[in-house]
Amino acid sequence: MRSKMGFHYLRNVSTLELDSDKCTLCGMCSSVCVHGVFTLDGSTIQIMDRDACMECGACAMNCPVEAVTVRAGVGCAWAIFRNWFRRSTDSGEGDVQCDCS
Amino acid sequence: METSVGRVARISTRMGFRDKLGGCGVRWGIRRMHYNVPAGLYAVGQPTPDSPVLVTANYKLSFDLLRRELSGKDLWLVVLETFGINVWCAAGKGTFGTAELISRVQKVQLDKLVKHRTIILPQLGASGVAAHQVRKTTGFRVKYGPIRAHDLPSFFSNGLKASEEDRRIRFTFRDRLVLTPVELVGAWKPSLVILLVVFAREGLSSQDFSLQVALSRSLTPVVIYLGALLMGSFVTPILLPWIPGRAFSLKGVQIGLLWAFIVSLTLASPWSVGSVIALFLIAPAITAYFAMNFTGCSTFTSLSGVQKEMRIAVPMIILSLLSGVVALVLDTFL
Repeated sequence: MRSKMGFHYLRNVSTLELDSDKCTLCGMCSSVCVHGVFTLDGSTIQIMDRDACMECGACAMNCPVEAVTVRAGVGCAWAIFRNWFRRSTDSGEGDVQCDCS
Repeated sequence: METSVGRVARISTRMGFRDKLGGCGVRWGIRRMHYNVPAGLYAVGQPTPDSPVLVTANYKLSFDLLRRELSGKDLWLVVLETFGINVWCAAGKGTFGTAELISRVQKVQLDKLVKHRTIILPQLGASGVAAHQVRKTTGFRVKYGPIRAHDLPSFFSNGLKASEEDRRIRFTFRDRLVLTPVELVGAWKPSLVILLVVFAREGLSSQDFSLQVALSRSLTPVVIYLGALLMGSFVTPILLPWIPGRAFSLKGVQIGLLWAFIVSLTLASPWSVGSVIALFLIAPAITAYFAMNFTGCSTFTSLSGVQKEMRIAVPMIILSLLSGVVALVLDTFL
């Protein structure tokens, strides 16, 4: 495996979960993942590198049987700032949304 | 060109001077939020009903990067309305999403235009599009291509298969470099406020306000601030993988301390203890803040991770700034 040299973010934070009982081994999660988090070996799909997950949500979005779940969002400090501010003004627990292009 | 579903605009795969200029401009934040092309159907080369169909966003920078890689190809291009936002960010917001894709495919009558039932999407669009739902509603099978348009030729020559390597996101030196100008431009407004405060403080601290005194006394703090800003939003991003630690703010603190150290070595006249303490408290806090803001540009930080980082980093940054200000005030009065 290619080393990712320095491009590792915080450990043990990702909310990614895989329910093997529901999984039909279609392989979509593994093919959409940009960080190679899933590995498909023979008859199982496993979360091999959970710490590499950036919670983009592509896997969960493309899982036809909802076996993959993750709290998807953007890992952007600025978006989180905005969300703190918004929450304090309209007290809603909104999604963290970015506003860049 | 004329097709079975009416006239379709054919686009060039060459980049003109204006395209390059505009691309450079948006990297510096110029017209960045108004840089788009009309959504809809386009032709590249001389496509037939058997030609492949590519889908992209209507951010002109994305659109240009894509068409540049398509020279000599005959294919159809479906541009989604993402309001001038790139594929990945638009997918995150849901505008490059299942609903827009389905309605756009139906609107351009893709089923009448082509005989096959496959559409090719950039892999980064996957966080907004549920492939199985698109198939169920439109009959078109979504095939995720490579991350970068640059790898499309090998994707085509490989029988519509992206290699393992082309499906992994990178964050190269160049990738990071092109993202830093927008960070600097974005920091301009708050920086102006800070610089005015520094200027006012230096000007008012003398007996009677004089512009010249204010300017000359502001010079050092202004250079220190701008240096800290540059260390946080340019140097830290550039050196990102080589700076120890995982949290961006922690990486920033180290570069900020380095900056404070450089400043303290180059001072013309020796500073009071209070000022030096303030320097080492304030400069790293500023650098950490701007470094932390680079999380949104990176390709590997998660929402949960950044939230965790901020829960610790934000109070630390505020505490450090306040302590620095207290040190400065005490230094003035003691």
